[in-house]
Amino acid sequence: MFASQGSCGFTAIILSALVADPTNIFEPAGTPARSIFSLSMLVLSITAAIFLIVAGILAYVLVKYRSRASNGEGEQEPPQIYGSNQIELSWTVIPILIVVMLFLATTRVVYTTERAQRPANALDVTVIGHQFWWEYRYPELGVVTANELHVPVSDHPQTLPTYLTMSSADTDHSFWVPRLAGKMDLIPNKVNTMWIDPQMKGLYLGQCAQYCGVQHAKMLIRVYADSPEEFAAWVEHQRQPAVDDPGVAEGRNVFMHNACISCHTIRGTVATGRFGPDLTHVGGRETIASGSVPNNPANLREFIDNPANFKPGALMPPMHLDTHDLDAVTAYLTTLK
Amino acid sequence: MATQIPVNELHDQGAQAPRRLWLEMLHGWVTTVDHKKIGLMYIGYALIFLVVGGFEALLMRVQLAIPNNHFVSPEVFNGLFTMHGTTMVFFVGMPILFGFGNYLIPLMIGARDMAFPRLNAFSFWISAFAGFLLYFSYIGGSGLYGAGSAPDVGWFAYAPLTARVFSPGHSTDYWTLALLLTGIGSIGTALNIVTTIICMRCPGMKMSRLPLLPWIYLVMSGLTFVAIGPLTAAQIMLMLDRYVGSHFFDTQAGGSAVLWMHFFWIFGHPEVYILVLPAFAFANEIIPVFSRKAIFGYPAMVAASVGIGFISLSVWAHHMFTVGLGPGGNTFFVLATMIISVPTGIKIFNWLATLWGGKIQLTASMMFAIGFLFQFLVAGLTGIMLSVAPFDWQLGNSYFVVAHFHYVLVGAILFMVFSAFYYWYPKMTGRMLNEKLGKWHFWLFVIGFHLTFDLMHVPGMLGMPRRIYTYEADRGWMIWNLLISSGAIIQTVATILFVYNMVSSYFKGPIAGSDPWDAWTLEWSIPSPPPSYNFAEIPIVGSRRPLWDLKHPDDPDTDYEMGQADPQEKQEEGA
Amino acid sequence: MSEAVLKSASPNQPWTLPSRGIVGMTCLIIAEIAIFVIFVVAYIFYIGKSLSGPMPKDVLELPIFTTICLLSSSLTVHAAVSALRKGKQLLCSLWLAATVFLGGIFIAGTAHEWYDLIYKHGLTIRTNLFGTTFYSLVGLHATHVVIGLILLSLALLFSMRGEMKEEHSEKLEVLSLYWHFVDGVWVIVFLVVYVLGR
Repeated sequence: MFASQGSCGFTAIILSALVADPTNIFEPAGTPARSIFSLSMLVLSITAAIFLIVAGILAYVLVKYRSRASNGEGEQEPPQIYGSNQIELSWTVIPILIVVMLFLATTRVVYTTERAQRPANALDVTVIGHQFWWEYRYPELGVVTANELHVPVSDHPQTLPTYLTMSSADTDHSFWVPRLAGKMDLIPNKVNTMWIDPQMKGLYLGQCAQYCGVQHAKMLIRVYADSPEEFAAWVEHQRQPAVDDPGVAEGRNVFMHNACISCHTIRGTVATGRFGPDLTHVGGRETIASGSVPNNPANLREFIDNPANFKPGALMPPMHLDTHDLDAVTAYLTTLK
Repeated sequence: MATQIPVNELHDQGAQAPRRLWLEMLHGWVTTVDHKKIGLMYIGYALIFLVVGGFEALLMRVQLAIPNNHFVSPEVFNGLFTMHGTTMVFFVGMPILFGFGNYLIPLMIGARDMAFPRLNAFSFWISAFAGFLLYFSYIGGSGLYGAGSAPDVGWFAYAPLTARVFSPGHSTDYWTLALLLTGIGSIGTALNIVTTIICMRCPGMKMSRLPLLPWIYLVMSGLTFVAIGPLTAAQIMLMLDRYVGSHFFDTQAGGSAVLWMHFFWIFGHPEVYILVLPAFAFANEIIPVFSRKAIFGYPAMVAASVGIGFISLSVWAHHMFTVGLGPGGNTFFVLATMIISVPTGIKIFNWLATLWGGKIQLTASMMFAIGFLFQFLVAGLTGIMLSVAPFDWQLGNSYFVVAHFHYVLVGAILFMVFSAFYYWYPKMTGRMLNEKLGKWHFWLFVIGFHLTFDLMHVPGMLGMPRRIYTYEADRGWMIWNLLISSGAIIQTVATILFVYNMVSSYFKGPIAGSDPWDAWTLEWSIPSPPPSYNFAEIPIVGSRRPLWDLKHPDDPDTDYEMGQADPQEKQEEGA
Repeated sequence: MSEAVLKSASPNQPWTLPSRGIVGMTCLIIAEIAIFVIFVVAYIFYIGKSLSGPMPKDVLELPIFTTICLLSSSLTVHAAVSALRKGKQLLCSLWLAATVFLGGIFIAGTAHEWYDLIYKHGLTIRTNLFGTTFYSLVGLHATHVVIGLILLSLALLFSMRGEMKEEHSEKLEVLSLYWHFVDGVWVIVFLVVYVLGR
């Protein structure tokens, strides 16, 4: 198995070590991730110092007090020391002091993150976790989409955080985009809140971080931090009902007359299902299958034919369409930009 | 020093027909209530499951070695990590530690058996049955190919994933029932341990003279009572939800998924202390002997162990920092978790102080103990990192956590178990394990362990969550996973060496005699292996190290009992 | 050296250790308490959180009589142990019979209460969160009562056949410890379910 991927594997190894890691917690791009980063530097320095001192003593002891005789017989036993109140007191008190310091530093970050003052211009997004995709609703903007989250970038001087109000429609999930913030769980019958404020334009990657079932591994997250103009344009576009291109009317009919409509919504049509992702503008997304494959006609076709081709265990069943209908409906969905 | 002691009494009965002999032996083992035989059965059983659990780990590491691999399907992988975790905690960790405890505690306190021998046997057999029940799940349901009904909900089985609607079929039920049964066994053994230690110590062995191993098993057993109960209760609730239609964790009816988490971790966190405390117990016996010094700070060691036991009951929600407890809740559990590092640190320092000024003999057993010390230090430090809740918001549920707890379970606990094997195998079998093979085992295992588990911290920091059957190629995780997987192979080879050592030494190892290590606790005063009645005469003791006093009448421990004035250094004039 | 009998200065006081039965039963009780605590916590957590269905104050009545019976049975079993310690086997049998009788009344009362709840008020374990937590907690306790009654009946049988003698008083005391635990749990359940929760 390795042999067949030998040379590509080797190149991949070299490359992966050189390419910047898109989900590195030590490359923060937003305030929550940054404050965690600073705190982590403090923690790492303290633990590194403790490690060097204690491991150093261990190494020293092993060298200095090693038994020199070739066999243990006849050797004098070393002086038996049973304890020392002063020494034991000191190595009780010093750790307590370290703990107090660490605790205070930690508490500060906990409170500043969880009880941050919410600015008036913050954006609200409702995130609902599903097996195995992400639903994003922008209640004040009238936008519903899936799997690709667009937020406005939060440059200096205008901080523009996005507040995520999160829950789950089925099992537990967890929203983790390492470069932006720590993770927060999505739990049914419970509402959790977190906020992000990407400080640079770009795409931020993440994925579900709480085991939620068979396809937990492929519940990927893509957060697009757009400039204010791009974001406004995106919102405006998302609010429009679905494109109705007469050239793909046949595919549209296939969609509307099959079980698709019981799970999916395409605004402006009879499809109002809520179980699966909103497809009104699916053609405009970069990926499908929760971020796991690029969105192109070939992949789309393969997914519709049988989602297990990409996500075995996904809750969408194979649609059993014949080739003709499959091509038609793929063409239709591709036009839904 | 070595005397000719028959290793196996049955060797003398050459006159009997072999087949009847084999049946009699089997019958003897199946019906035994002797704590030594039960202890050995626990240990043997745990070793079998160690191999099985290790195999499951190997399969997972092959799947994860490269991104988007197709070695096993997601269903099989999810079953593998569930079974691996459940097996290692309940069918390797618990039995092997209860096994050593069963074997050693009566010997160390001068008793002839445990307090309730039949309960002892019952506890073993119900746990053994539970293990087979769990693995029967691979055959039940849709059979071997589709991985049957093996549970695939993770070893902590979060609700509502375990509800009938999300986990149809019986996979979750195998998990629940197997653990319910083994929980009963654990409570039985813990009950036995506590009663034995309190009610069956030999004359003169006040609690202040109890060796540290029984002391720590006392704390561990107390924890067992308080921790297994919540798991049992939660599992009864889960079964009621699944079969009777109750709503404990039914979020549609107003139930709470978080409640399961609380109940599980109220069990789960003390459970890991139940697993690590016996490792401390072994270290407390082995490190002094191979440093040729008494343990430094016996009273502090007792107090620290008891303190760890108590505090461990209050830290559970550090497994839930990302669940939304609110800043007040999070802060409380940060504090409790950080506080537990103080008594833990005290123990590490006391071990260092025991080594300091000693004459360290680097036998295979001691090498594993030193490995334990180093790795437990690292594991404790990564634990402190994780106790910083915001840091845990990044690293929780990632491979950093997986690396941390394997560092404790393998790097600390398993290393100390290996150390205990090399130390007490001579007592149990009458033969020494091969020291050279032991050192090969050590070095190979250390290399494999560090390759796997040091590097495993990195993917966590690079954003790799746990419990994923594959990962994207563009995340930069591949090289780390590849190296981690290769370390697993090295550890496998090392373990094979160890098993070979145990088997071949049983037949060909040098005769051990009753006290090959020149040690100081009561088990070394009787033959190896011990006769079924342990002690010909129940001993009377006057200090913590009765054999030291016998061997060093000019400098006995009785001069330095707890409660005496400041213990001082005493120079020895001569041997 | 390795086989020498270890003796140092013989202890001046006699070497006495606690009784195995008592210590063992105490351990079991601690483990059982841990289980009950979780069911009580679940009960308290879900107070007022049912989405529908009968509420406690609508359907629960204070079980004063059965509670008095159960708590008195602690006194009677204590009397049985005292009697056996003094070698009075007949008296012991009588007190044991009283204990079983009182415990039986408690179980019958619980059965009656449940019959009414199920058939008159339509409350089952699956009706709502109240039903779930009520039946599981009270049911777990009732199960322990039944087990205790079985064991006490066995003891009564041995006692009536004259087989239980003074030297067995400690074993009976261990059993009575279990019974006191069961009664103690009822005090908590009563307070939580019938007082706090209504």
